[in-house]
Amino acid sequence: MVMDTVLCKAMLMHVAKNIQENIELLNEADGLGDSDHGTGMGIGFKAVAMKLSTGEFPDLGSLFKAVGMAIMMSAGGASGALFGSFFKDGSKALDGIEVLDSSHFAQFLHLGLDSVVHRGKAAQGDKTMVDALIPALECAIMHSGQPIQEVIHLCALQAKKGSEATRDMVAKLGRMQTLGQRSIGYVDPGSITMALIFISMDEFLSKQQP
Amino acid sequence: MKHLINDRATLVEEMLEGLVCAYQGTVIKVPDVNGIVKCHIEEGKVALLVGGGSGHEPIYHGLVGKNMADAAAVGNIFASPNPRVIYETAKACQRGNGVLFLYGNYAGDVMNFDIAAEMLHEDGIRVRTVVINDDVATQDKENRRGISGLFFAVKIAGSVCASVKDLDAVAEIVQKAVDRTRSMGTAFEAGTMLNTGKPTFTLQPNEIEIGMGIHGEPGVEVAKTMPAKQLIQIMLKRILSDLPFKRGDEVAVLLNDLGSVTNMELCIANKTVAEVLSEAGLLTLYTHIGKVSTTMDMRGFSISLIQLDDELKQYFFADANSLAFDFHRS
Repeated sequence: MVMDTVLCKAMLMHVAKNIQENIELLNEADGLGDSDHGTGMGIGFKAVAMKLSTGEFPDLGSLFKAVGMAIMMSAGGASGALFGSFFKDGSKALDGIEVLDSSHFAQFLHLGLDSVVHRGKAAQGDKTMVDALIPALECAIMHSGQPIQEVIHLCALQAKKGSEATRDMVAKLGRMQTLGQRSIGYVDPGSITMALIFISMDEFLSKQQP
Repeated sequence: MKHLINDRATLVEEMLEGLVCAYQGTVIKVPDVNGIVKCHIEEGKVALLVGGGSGHEPIYHGLVGKNMADAAAVGNIFASPNPRVIYETAKACQRGNGVLFLYGNYAGDVMNFDIAAEMLHEDGIRVRTVVINDDVATQDKENRRGISGLFFAVKIAGSVCASVKDLDAVAEIVQKAVDRTRSMGTAFEAGTMLNTGKPTFTLQPNEIEIGMGIHGEPGVEVAKTMPAKQLIQIMLKRILSDLPFKRGDEVAVLLNDLGSVTNMELCIANKTVAEVLSEAGLLTLYTHIGKVSTTMDMRGFSISLIQLDDELKQYFFADANSLAFDFHRS
């Protein structure tokens, strides 16, 4: 499978569609907060769909950067800044690159994680989106060199597992941290969105001709 | 629940349109984004930009005006504005001498305002940031939330920005004001989110939550209902010992309605506030009772205190005029 800008754009459009279809689920997952995580992400990924459907992207860097900027400049809230930063700064690993392979993908996740951690100050185990992202990144590094669609499939499994694991964690950041022990038993909504991004990519790729 | 709204999807936009109308031509909306800006801002002035999520009216967008904020960036309900809103609003209010960002200490606000500051920096516009962190009930002392004490910060910052021409000097004075401000709230009943129609939390009929945050963040304890006198003493004990406020200090006091506590109740509360402060040897120079920082229609209130020195007094007592708050020294 050749993951050129056309295919990557279609994949990201699928991600945007999936997030928008899961607004209610994400709002419900944010029941301990203001029940607005899905609403914010819905705004962000609606802007992504608009930007991708109208823009021209000479390389993967500009494509993924457009995703980040669209989220960052529309969604608002902590999640808008963080998911925007993830794609925007992650895209620097893809500048000038026209076909995505598994090592580029790992680089993308690495720079994206660095940006999220820099902006949000989260560490693994703080019950945030980072807990879904780090297992996916580790998986991408471990399987670097394998076909990209296989790597994304494995990353999706790890991100989902990472997200599920936040259920037993105590929130240490953002507005949720004030809940302390009361946050146990709930999966972090940001981690669900992060996992959903990988799952949507995998879902899209699994339907493509090999 | 009955609400005075048209469409849950366009609450913020409609609110801003109505707000701008009420400003009677002194304030306009920033094109394309949910920000408002004063029509007349003097060239060379340090601009004061305030902002945060909506749902806390009249802050911040009701505090734009003469000797108050120059502009406000407005987010969705309880959600930080995105960097584009902040950036465009900052561009609309800046007059070539930098912008002071002043907002409450919440993760989303810090991230989005920081990104906007970086964007402005690339344009050659200087930004300094002061975050308001006055809530003594926040468990993590290093990372306190900003609540109703922002009223003092905006009041002082507004008149500092009107007279001090150096951004760093402005930020230093405003930081001093924030450092000398302490607040605490108590909730009796949750407010109802206008966008979802749902309450932000639940409390039993005979329970109150002392120290609850303005988004329903848990406080220091859930207590049984008690007389106003007893509750005020508990809250002031925490506030006074935190700074600490000392015998002989001159202070200003705010009794803030978080949404639907009656003015009558706040006046009753203030009787005890005045007694306790007097017993502690504090000299109250000014008291404001009213709705400044709200959580939709939460039944609850907060108390804020600021310790004023000669420098801060000079700015605090300058005349000011905004939609939500007028001050004229008679």
